[in-house]
Amino acid sequence: MRLQIPLLITFLAGVFMAVQFFVPHDLGVTAYTELLNWGRIIGAFALVLGIHSLLRTHLEKIRRRRHDWPYSMVAIVSFVFMVVIGIGFGSDPGSAFDWLFNYVQVPLDATMFALLAFFIASAAFRTFRARSTEATLLLVAAIVVMLGRVPGSLLVLFGQTGVGEWLHSTMPDVSEWIMNFPSVAAKRGIIFGVALGSIATALRIMLGIERSHLGGGGGGE
Amino acid sequence: MGVSIEIIGVWVAALMTLAIFSFLYADNPVYKLAEHLFVGISAGYGVVITWHEAVIPLLIDPLFRPENVDLAEPNYLVIIPGLLGLMMFSRFIPRYDWLSRWPIAFVMGLYSGLAIPASVQTYLLPQLHATMLPIWPGVEVDAWTALSNFLLVVGVLCTLAYFYFSREHAGAFGVASKIGIFFLMVAFGASFGNTVMARVSLLIGRVQFLYDDWWLPLVAAPISRWFGG
Repeated sequence: MRLQIPLLITFLAGVFMAVQFFVPHDLGVTAYTELLNWGRIIGAFALVLGIHSLLRTHLEKIRRRRHDWPYSMVAIVSFVFMVVIGIGFGSDPGSAFDWLFNYVQVPLDATMFALLAFFIASAAFRTFRARSTEATLLLVAAIVVMLGRVPGSLLVLFGQTGVGEWLHSTMPDVSEWIMNFPSVAAKRGIIFGVALGSIATALRIMLGIERSHLGGGGGGE
Repeated sequence: MGVSIEIIGVWVAALMTLAIFSFLYADNPVYKLAEHLFVGISAGYGVVITWHEAVIPLLIDPLFRPENVDLAEPNYLVIIPGLLGLMMFSRFIPRYDWLSRWPIAFVMGLYSGLAIPASVQTYLLPQLHATMLPIWPGVEVDAWTALSNFLLVVGVLCTLAYFYFSREHAGAFGVASKIGIFFLMVAFGASFGNTVMARVSLLIGRVQFLYDDWWLPLVAAPISRWFGG
């Protein structure tokens, strides 16, 4: 029963959501919205498990005085501070929570991703080698798209010469063409695969063939 | 007061930006401090947003303050997801951890059922429709567009051929599969180039922030005034 009931819940919830799509009755639409809200409520409780895991990892590090443990204190204190301020004093524009978001989280987030510009370029420089036709295509497509996004760089490279001017005016179009045709063709092939895979996996879950998500509980079958 | 809070904010944001960029020199205590601050603040942000956008309006208000969500009387149905959510915590008690399967099963069923029509409606049909393009030059399209469309259709079919593993990639099918790889390589290269440029524009944004919002008004201008400039 410990496995059968969850399998039944999965089946019923799945069938309702799939069938409801084809029955645009008011009652069905209300139930659909309500069930989606239920999913969000359960997701909120699941977030507590994630936070528990994060805090446990850092508290364990502090307790055992592991390498760099003072930074774990920073993580925990900043987490608690953000939660207390956000829940205790609100998150409206102009609040302390909003200030922390705008002046601490946003710059940290944007700079972390900006940092990747250096690492991605360095990795490309070390690994991109035109050793085969496939690798050459990849390299050429990447270079054309990059140059097409900043056509001014071609004037810097070639100067105000005929070639420079021609590349400056042509490269954005070539880049756009690559993005709109060969690139879209391959991505569309992948998307078809993803869509069919999603449907197959969803059916497997609903029918109880795929049940790895129920494997966490050690309470027996 | 508002201006000074804003100035402190710009200083904090600039110092955080520099702290992260300091990693380019080497992994150092300032970077680690900013990194862990980011982890804590981001996790806290997630909790607060979930609290204000899910727990309060979907669970607490419908039960205890129905007037806040335009309800005449409490919606007792939300007790069900509340209880299912609480069952998640049974994972903390090994003897009863099997109870956590119920909410997981519900959520998995919910989103599996949702995924079937959603995949068909948002991926399969629109992509199929978008692939049915005119490939013969005429009134509708010029020769170049027709050729490009033809290339797109061939690219989609060849990419699908590459991902079809139920048949050996030999003969004509092998050729199609090989062409599919070429298209995939172009797509990966284009995606890579696009990602690099997106990261570079983020980098430019950060440098512009440092220069325009912090360095010029809050560092260079006071120094200039100090020296009577």
